[in-house]
Amino acid sequence: MKRLATFIPLLVFVAIGVIFAFGLSRDPSRIPSTLINRPLPEFSLPPIADAGVPGFASEDVIGDVSLVNVFGSWCVSCRIEHPFLLKLSRAGEVKIYGVDWKDKPGDGAAWLEELGNPYAAVGDDADGRVAIDLGTTGAPETYIIDRQGRVRYKQIGPITPEVWNKTLKPIVEHLKKSS
Amino acid sequence: MVPEIGHFALILAFFTALAQAALPLLGGRIGEPRFAAFGRQCAVLLFILTGTSFACLVYSYAVSDFTVLNVVQNSHTTKPFIYKLTGAWGNHEGSMLLWVLILALYGAVLARGGRAVPAGLHSLTLSVQGMIAAAFIAFVLFTSDPFTRVFPAPPNGEGLNPLLQDKGLAVHPPFLYLGYVGFSVPFAFAVAALIRGRADSVWARLVRPWALTAWTFLTIGITLGSWWAYYELGWGGWWAWDPVENASFMPWLAGVALIHSIRVVERRDALKGWAVLLAILTFSLSLVGTFLVRSGVLTSVHAFAVDPARGAFILMILAFAIGGSLTLFAIRGATLQATGAFAPVSRESALIANNVLLVAACATVFTGTFYPLFVDVLSGEKISVGPPYFNRVFVPIAAATLALAAGAMLIPWKKASLTAVSKKLLFAGVIAAGAGVLVGVTAPSKVIAGGAAVALVAWLVVGTLTDLGERTALFRRPLADSFRRATGLPRATWGASLAHIGIAVYAAGAAGMSLWKTTDVIFMKEGDTAVIHSISVKLDDVRRIKGPNWIADSATFIASKANRAPERLEAERRFYPVRGMQTTEAAIHPQAFGDLYITIGDHVDGKGWPVRIYFNPFVACLWWGAATVVFGGVLSISDRGKRPRRKVLGREMSANPAGRADPQPAIGMSQA
Repeated sequence: MKRLATFIPLLVFVAIGVIFAFGLSRDPSRIPSTLINRPLPEFSLPPIADAGVPGFASEDVIGDVSLVNVFGSWCVSCRIEHPFLLKLSRAGEVKIYGVDWKDKPGDGAAWLEELGNPYAAVGDDADGRVAIDLGTTGAPETYIIDRQGRVRYKQIGPITPEVWNKTLKPIVEHLKKSS
Repeated sequence: MVPEIGHFALILAFFTALAQAALPLLGGRIGEPRFAAFGRQCAVLLFILTGTSFACLVYSYAVSDFTVLNVVQNSHTTKPFIYKLTGAWGNHEGSMLLWVLILALYGAVLARGGRAVPAGLHSLTLSVQGMIAAAFIAFVLFTSDPFTRVFPAPPNGEGLNPLLQDKGLAVHPPFLYLGYVGFSVPFAFAVAALIRGRADSVWARLVRPWALTAWTFLTIGITLGSWWAYYELGWGGWWAWDPVENASFMPWLAGVALIHSIRVVERRDALKGWAVLLAILTFSLSLVGTFLVRSGVLTSVHAFAVDPARGAFILMILAFAIGGSLTLFAIRGATLQATGAFAPVSRESALIANNVLLVAACATVFTGTFYPLFVDVLSGEKISVGPPYFNRVFVPIAAATLALAAGAMLIPWKKASLTAVSKKLLFAGVIAAGAGVLVGVTAPSKVIAGGAAVALVAWLVVGTLTDLGERTALFRRPLADSFRRATGLPRATWGASLAHIGIAVYAAGAAGMSLWKTTDVIFMKEGDTAVIHSISVKLDDVRRIKGPNWIADSATFIASKANRAPERLEAERRFYPVRGMQTTEAAIHPQAFGDLYITIGDHVDGKGWPVRIYFNPFVACLWWGAATVVFGGVLSISDRGKRPRRKVLGREMSANPAGRADPQPAIGMSQA
């Protein structure tokens, strides 16, 4: 009996080890979105008043690989992310659409005026309906959309150079090549 | 050139570690003592080589050598010089090199200073150390080479994460690693004990200072990390049950169990299997700690270094180290026979209860940390386990452990009378109940939890003091007599008592912060005043200031209390352009019963500055409690009386140079 007892720690370790090994083969940061591999929900958002940027409708994304970025002028991480989005869009790396989430009238336009506009089109989602349809959990959040208009990846949190180079850029390039 | 020297030194270190692993083992098999001597030289050489390698990396950072990829990714010319140096280990590759360096340091000290260790045990221990070193150097060389060059060299680097540009955090990883890696020595001793089939009081005396040293460093490391989170992250918290925090807390808990069970082996020649198993468990959890941070198996705010290939390598190291040692334990564990018998009510039994509670506490932290992973593997769902779980499950077990600690030192070894112990504890019980009721009546909220917490703290402090009073015969003999007894007490006893009191003080801080912390968020314009805890806080002005590599909005607050001179406080919101990141520098104003803690956010037109004012009650208890624990640990380590007398054993060994057989007969090896 005592001889067998000394085997218990080993058995516990093996059990945990097996789970670890499975866990390692999964991507921990990927929070599954119900939208993954499904078309973007249908919507048509008006432009932000006085911003001089066209509004954003879901059919705009079809035909090219693009990013849909949910932001708000009230969101601190969005301010951190913004300069890099600007760089991406100026370098022509990828087309970016914006969803201005729950902003007050005037704030969104002031934001674009002050920080510059990386977006091909921006929808004013003042009441947050579209963000609900997108399953947005917080700003900033960015979706990678393929040529057919399907959501292929969801990035939670700001896009930093690291996130872009390590995670998003490979996906975007793969999608550009494959379809 | 310098990076190549560093790289080459590390490759040499790898082969040195292999030799250190293999030769003493081989020497023991074929009875060639010179192989063991060679193993000791290897351990010293290994330290010199890894030290050279690490110095080369630090040099590359010091001169901002942007042909080295690691420097490019983590440094910048505008960064203050001190953070250029500390940046060397503020990243994955550098920190792993530091890990290896510290391992080699422990190995070298063990090789040079371990003359008192029986020769067979010594060479086996060094051999196990060599195996660990070889595995980790291979890990650095193959998956995390810090010396990779880039060509053409970029004109400037990407900068270090500004959150990490901080004095507290600069020294946090070295201390944490001194703790983690230090447990490799008890681990090596445990494996050697299993191979030799004996763990006796000589073995326990040898392991004890190493375990205590590692544990004390780990305590410092965790406290520094906690302190950094408190003043740098700007949310006024000190512990969040974040997976990476848990990763350092689990080996700490197991380490507490280890140092207590080693004591039983040393004094009473019992609990040997436990002690050996705990030594293995503690180092295993240290390895898991490294693994957690470095592999991305679990995501957390500590998001740097996420790379599954590295994780797979560490998983292999884990499988080999933990699986191997536990297999050895499974086969050989039963050969560790105890000789010391004890009654159900005795110090030994109390320490078994302590071990069971601490291992249970460790298991709850482990479960909470890994449960999301288990659920993900089994059902594919993503969940997270937060502080409510830990508060509900961990806190009661911790409370029971603390409650036990108050009495445990009063219970004699071998056999004790429950009535005698209860009588001695009566005074502590009365004081605890009184303190609990007093707080229950006066506390603004959380009456029951607060009263219970304060009663527990008082119980532990008074219980510990009662024990010291008993030992020095305080108030029963003349004071001079008691003083003489006090100075005559072993330093280990003072250390243990101080550590227990320190933990009680820490618990008071933790309870205060968890139960009575208050927060207020308000928009303030310059000239506005807010009142919290009868302190009026006026936002005096906000200026734009420029640091070496950041710009900041610096807010000056004037805090004034009735009958006190007003004091100026500075809170900053810094922006680091190189990384495009913002950090918060909180204004912290210590008061009698806690800290006033103020942070500011981004200015909002028309509304002013969002100002967050916290009152953090008893937060200083956390730092002072931890400092007391560390002081207790240092006192216990310095207790030389418990070590085997080096002179005698050393002479015996040198008188017997050819054989280098164990000079000490195995104590307690009777095969009853």
